[in-house]
Amino acid sequence: MHYLTDRKRVAGLGVAKSGVHHFWVMKISSVALLGLIPLFVFTFGPMLGRPYDEVIAYFSQPFPAIVAGLTILVGFRHFKDGAQVLIEDYVHGWKQRALIIATILLSYTATAVGLFAIARIAL
Amino acid sequence: MVQLTLPKNSRITTGKTWPKPSGATNLRAFKIYRWNPDDEANPRVDTYFIDMDKCGPMVLDALIKIKNEIDPTLTFRRSCREGICGSCAMNIDGINTLACIYGLDEIKGDVKIYPLPHMPVVKDLIPDLTHFYAQHASVMPWLETKTNRPAKEWKQSIEDRKKLDGVYECVMCACCSTSCPSYWWNGDRYLGPAALLHAYRWIVDSRDEATGERLDQLEDPFKLYRCHTIMNCTKTCPKGLNPAKSIAEIKKMMLERTV
Repeated sequence: MHYLTDRKRVAGLGVAKSGVHHFWVMKISSVALLGLIPLFVFTFGPMLGRPYDEVIAYFSQPFPAIVAGLTILVGFRHFKDGAQVLIEDYVHGWKQRALIIATILLSYTATAVGLFAIARIAL
Repeated sequence: MVQLTLPKNSRITTGKTWPKPSGATNLRAFKIYRWNPDDEANPRVDTYFIDMDKCGPMVLDALIKIKNEIDPTLTFRRSCREGICGSCAMNIDGINTLACIYGLDEIKGDVKIYPLPHMPVVKDLIPDLTHFYAQHASVMPWLETKTNRPAKEWKQSIEDRKKLDGVYECVMCACCSTSCPSYWWNGDRYLGPAALLHAYRWIVDSRDEATGERLDQLEDPFKLYRCHTIMNCTKTCPKGLNPAKSIAEIKKMMLERTV
């Protein structure tokens, strides 16, 4: 490393030719969550602590079920991309790759579990 | 993981307290970071006292007075003393700024002076800016043309020239890049606000014919997209520029050619 020129150090392995898509998806999911989070709070919130049958009947309706499903889908997509950036910022080396893989798997698993639960209630 | 504490040999110790000038009634304490690569000691903070009745109004005036009258070994860069060369960039009272245009009356209490943060130190208040300058060079900070004519100066409309205002004035002092947490943690790969501001200065220049190539060279999760709009760069810029806005404009252009 000591004999590399400064310009070679800066160039590194070159340009990845990516990043725009990640940036764009983060923006879209942010805007979507601006609408979805309040809708989710106002649909999910009133059901907290209500009797089982009432909750099942409520989430069998299309609107609250779709809002909950979209919130889970978009929310975990946003989490996946955001957490990846966070990890890239603060963790380096093999731990970075391991944590990114774990975060992606966690996000997909949580999305699948959430959607399955809503489908089970709603259908 | 990022290193949140200083390595043992970089931890700052209490340094020498220099004698107060005799007969002075308007004394002010200056606590200044000192480190000499030749003595293998940890960095220290020395305390100097200056008679403010016999000192100029700027921080650089005080530093020059200390060097001339108290401690000639104090080392710092300076040249133009009017904010145009960018040499005397340092961390003063917690803010990255130029010592020559930062007034002592803007600081309350003792004046604390450190080198620009998170950079290797050459000596005392002088950071090693080698990597920073190489990053600047990597964005091709010159006009790139493919057309041969006109063979004289290329004209620019008043509107196009206005796009360079607030961008061309950068003096490469490195205050912005060294205030950026993203640059602290990933400065080896992230170009930093100064280099990206300069990249934008040429991207937005109506005469430049390498816009696409310039954007290609920045399309990278680390070179460009480490900027999280923290805005420290804009807050600290001693020239009042807005590197964060330039970076946002580059991101918008990246999107425009995709979406």
